[in-house]
Amino acid sequence: MKRITVAVTSMLVGVTAAGIAAGDKWSDQFPHIKNTGDIAGECSYESMSQKDYSGQTLTINTHAVPVMGEPTALHAEQFSALTGAEVNVIHTPAGDLYSKAMIPFQAGQAPYDIVFGFSNFIRDWMAYLEPVPEYYVNMRQMQDVTKSHIDVASWDGTMMQFPIDGDRHYLKYRKDVIDNPELQAKYLAETGNELRVPQTWKEYAEIAAYFNGWDWDGDGELEYGSAEVMKKDDLMYAAFFSRSVAYAKNPATPGGFFFDLDTMTPLINSPGFVEALTDWVEAVNYVPPGGINFSLGDEINSFGGGQALFSFSWDDAFVAAMEDGSAIKNKVGVAPLPGADRVWNRETGAWDETYNQAPYIVWGWAAAVAKKSKNHELAFDYLCFFSNDANHQADIAIGRFGVNPFKKSDFVPDIYIERQGWDQQIAEEYTETLMDMEEKSTNRVFPLRVPGVFEFTSAVATGTSKALAGQLSPQEALDEVAAEWEAIIERVGVDNVREAYAVGVALEDNLR
Amino acid sequence: MRYGHKYVFLLPGLLVLIAILIFPVIFTVRLSLSGWNSYNPGLDFVGIKNYVRLFTSDPRFWEAFSRLAFFSLTTVFLQYILGFGLALLVWRDVLFKRFFRVLFLIPMMTTPVIMTVIWKTVFHESLGPVNDFLSMFGLTPLWLSDPMLSKVTVIIVEVWQWTPFMFLLLLAGLLSLPKEAFLAASIDGAGPLRKFIYVTFPLMAPISIGAIIIRLIEASKIMDTIYVLTSGGPGTSTETTSFYIFIKGLREFQMGYSAAMSFTYLIVMILSLTVIVNILIRVFIGRND
Repeated sequence: MKRITVAVTSMLVGVTAAGIAAGDKWSDQFPHIKNTGDIAGECSYESMSQKDYSGQTLTINTHAVPVMGEPTALHAEQFSALTGAEVNVIHTPAGDLYSKAMIPFQAGQAPYDIVFGFSNFIRDWMAYLEPVPEYYVNMRQMQDVTKSHIDVASWDGTMMQFPIDGDRHYLKYRKDVIDNPELQAKYLAETGNELRVPQTWKEYAEIAAYFNGWDWDGDGELEYGSAEVMKKDDLMYAAFFSRSVAYAKNPATPGGFFFDLDTMTPLINSPGFVEALTDWVEAVNYVPPGGINFSLGDEINSFGGGQALFSFSWDDAFVAAMEDGSAIKNKVGVAPLPGADRVWNRETGAWDETYNQAPYIVWGWAAAVAKKSKNHELAFDYLCFFSNDANHQADIAIGRFGVNPFKKSDFVPDIYIERQGWDQQIAEEYTETLMDMEEKSTNRVFPLRVPGVFEFTSAVATGTSKALAGQLSPQEALDEVAAEWEAIIERVGVDNVREAYAVGVALEDNLR
Repeated sequence: MRYGHKYVFLLPGLLVLIAILIFPVIFTVRLSLSGWNSYNPGLDFVGIKNYVRLFTSDPRFWEAFSRLAFFSLTTVFLQYILGFGLALLVWRDVLFKRFFRVLFLIPMMTTPVIMTVIWKTVFHESLGPVNDFLSMFGLTPLWLSDPMLSKVTVIIVEVWQWTPFMFLLLLAGLLSLPKEAFLAASIDGAGPLRKFIYVTFPLMAPISIGAIIIRLIEASKIMDTIYVLTSGGPGTSTETTSFYIFIKGLREFQMGYSAAMSFTYLIVMILSLTVIVNILIRVFIGRND
C-alpha cells in the first residue's frame, strides 16, 4: 500500500511538475523537451547547468543510430552545452557491443568511460564496472524506477548499471479484430469458440491460425496470424523463453527456472520447455511467409505495419503501431503474455493441471561506468542527465530511440493520451499491463545472468532454430541444448554458475 | 667480394613480414592453447584441450566445413562458367564493348553488406518483389526460410557479387593471349568452337587456375553474405566455418576455442587448396608439373 502511495505521489509530482514547467527557458534552448520543459530533479537541465566540467572529456561506447545511439548522441550534445564537458560518442553495432567493451576490460584498459550494452551482460562485465554511488541510488529520480528494473540493474543488491531503459515481453494484438463484433460472431460460428484476447498459448495458436492468410482488415492485402522473432541470432532465444515461462515457471517449485539450483541440472529439456517449443514449431504455420527468418526489425515492421494479428516481444512493435502516421494507430491492444492450462512440476515429475502465467522481465538496454575510468562523477552525471524526467518523457515518445518505460511515473495513462494521442482505453490497458508485470506479479522470470551467458543463450538459439527449421524434433533439439549447457557448466565451473544463478533465482522467488 | 651486408637491406621487409604475417599466426596458435573466454581472461595454458574438444565433440564445426566446401565449389564453378562466358562476349569487337565491360564490373564494386541487404529485401518472402511477381503464378518460394532453398539464395547472391571478379581476370587473360595461335588455327580452317577448345581454353589454363584458386580462397571466407542474409539459418542450414568461428569468438567470447578453430581452418584450407591446385593442373593442363 505504501509503495502504491509513493508511486501515485511521484506520478502526480512528475505530471504536475511537467505541466508547470512546460515552455520554460530550457525547452526554448533544447526543443527536445518542448512538451514538458525541464522537470526539477537532481539531474535536471537546471541542476546540470550549475556544474562545470570544462576541460574534461567523456568517451561513450553506445549502439548504432537510431536505437539508443541517437538519444546517447543527443543527450551528449545537450550535456556538453550545459556543463562544458567534451563528450565523444562512439557508435557500435549491437552484436559487437559486448566484445568491444570486454576486450579492453580484460586487458585492463579504459578506452570508454561509459559502456552501453544489454542488462544481461551484467555478470560478465561486473568486475570491470563501477557501482552506482549511493548519491544516485538514493535520489528521487531513482526512487521512481520500478522495483523490477532496479533488480535488473543490480547484482545481489548492488546497483551496477544505471537504469536508462525498461524492457519486458508482452502480448500485442489487433484490437480492431479481437474486439470486432462481426469477426467475433464469425469466429464463434466457425470454430465454436469465443474470440477474445488469448489467455493461453494454445488459444493464441488457434486464433492466429484462423486469422492466417486472408484479408481480415479489408485493406486489399493478406494478413497473418503472428509475427515473431524467429531468426537465429541473439534475440530469438528471448522469444522462446517468453513462450516457455507459462509452461515451465511453476510458482509451486521455487529454486530455478533455467536450472535446478540445487543440482544445477539444466531444465531446458524438461516437458515444460518442450511443450513451448512444440507450440513454437507449430507457429511456423501461422506466421507470414518467411516468418521463420524474422529478426526483431522484421517483427516490428510486420506487426507495426499491420501485417499480423499478434506479436509478442519488446515494446518496439507496439510503439511503431501507435506512432503518428501508422495505419493502425489506436487499433492495437496490449495484454500480458498468454499463460497455459498446465505447468510442469519438476518435483512431482508431472503436470500441474492449473492455469499459470508468468511475466518475462527480459533484458534490455543498460549503461554503466567503467571502473578504470578517471571520470566517474562526470560519467554518472551524464547517465543521470540522460534519464532525467524531462529527457525520459521525451525519449519514450520517439519509437526509434528504443527507450521504453521503466519509471512508475511512466505508467500514467494521461501521458500517452495527451502527448501521444492514444485512445484512453488503450493507454489504460498499456499502463496497467506493464505496471502489473513490473510491480504486482510474484511469478516473474528474469533473464539468465550467469558467467558466459552468451554461450548458454547461443546454444538455445541454435537448438530452437534447428527445431523451427525441421532439422530436429523439439525434444531432440532441447536435449542437444541441455547437453551443451552441461558442457558449458563444466567449463565455467558448476559453483561459479550456481553462485551467479542464485542471485537471479532470489529475484524470481521473491526472496530479495 | 663479400655480400653479407645485403641481408641488412632485407631486414626492414622481413620485420614487416614478421609483424603482419608471422606474429598473428604465432599469436593465434598461442591463443588456441589458452582457455581465454568471458569468465577466464588472459593467456593461461590449457594444452591441446581446445583441439581435443574440436576434434571429439564439436560436429557443428565439421558440418559447417562441409557446407563451406559445398558453397565454395558451387559458387566458384558457376562464377567461372559465367565469368568466362561474359569475358568471351566482350573480348572481341562488339558494340558498346566498353560500356558492357564496366557494366559487368558493377556488382563487384558495390559493398557486399549493402548489396546483401538489398538482396535480402528482394528475396523477402512476404514483402519482396521476387515473390510479389511469382505470386501471380501461384508461387511463393521460401527463399530464406527453407533449409534447401536458402542455400540456393546464398549461391545466387555470391555468384552475382563475384562473377565480375572472375570476368575481370579472365578478360585480362584473353586480352593478353598471343594472336599467332589464333591465326594458325584460322589458316588450318578451325571454326569458333574448335578455336575455343584447342586454342583459347588451353592458353587460358594458367590464368583459369589462378583465378579459380583466388576465388576459392575468397569464397571460403564467406561471412558477410551469410551474416546479413540468413544468420546461418534456418537452423544451421547455411552456417559456414567463418560464421561459426565468429559466433564462438565474438558472440560467445570463447577466444581460445575460436583460435583453435581458426588455426585448424587454416591448416585444412592449406591442405585442401594444395590438393585442388593439383587437380586443376591435371584437368586444365593434363599433367602435374
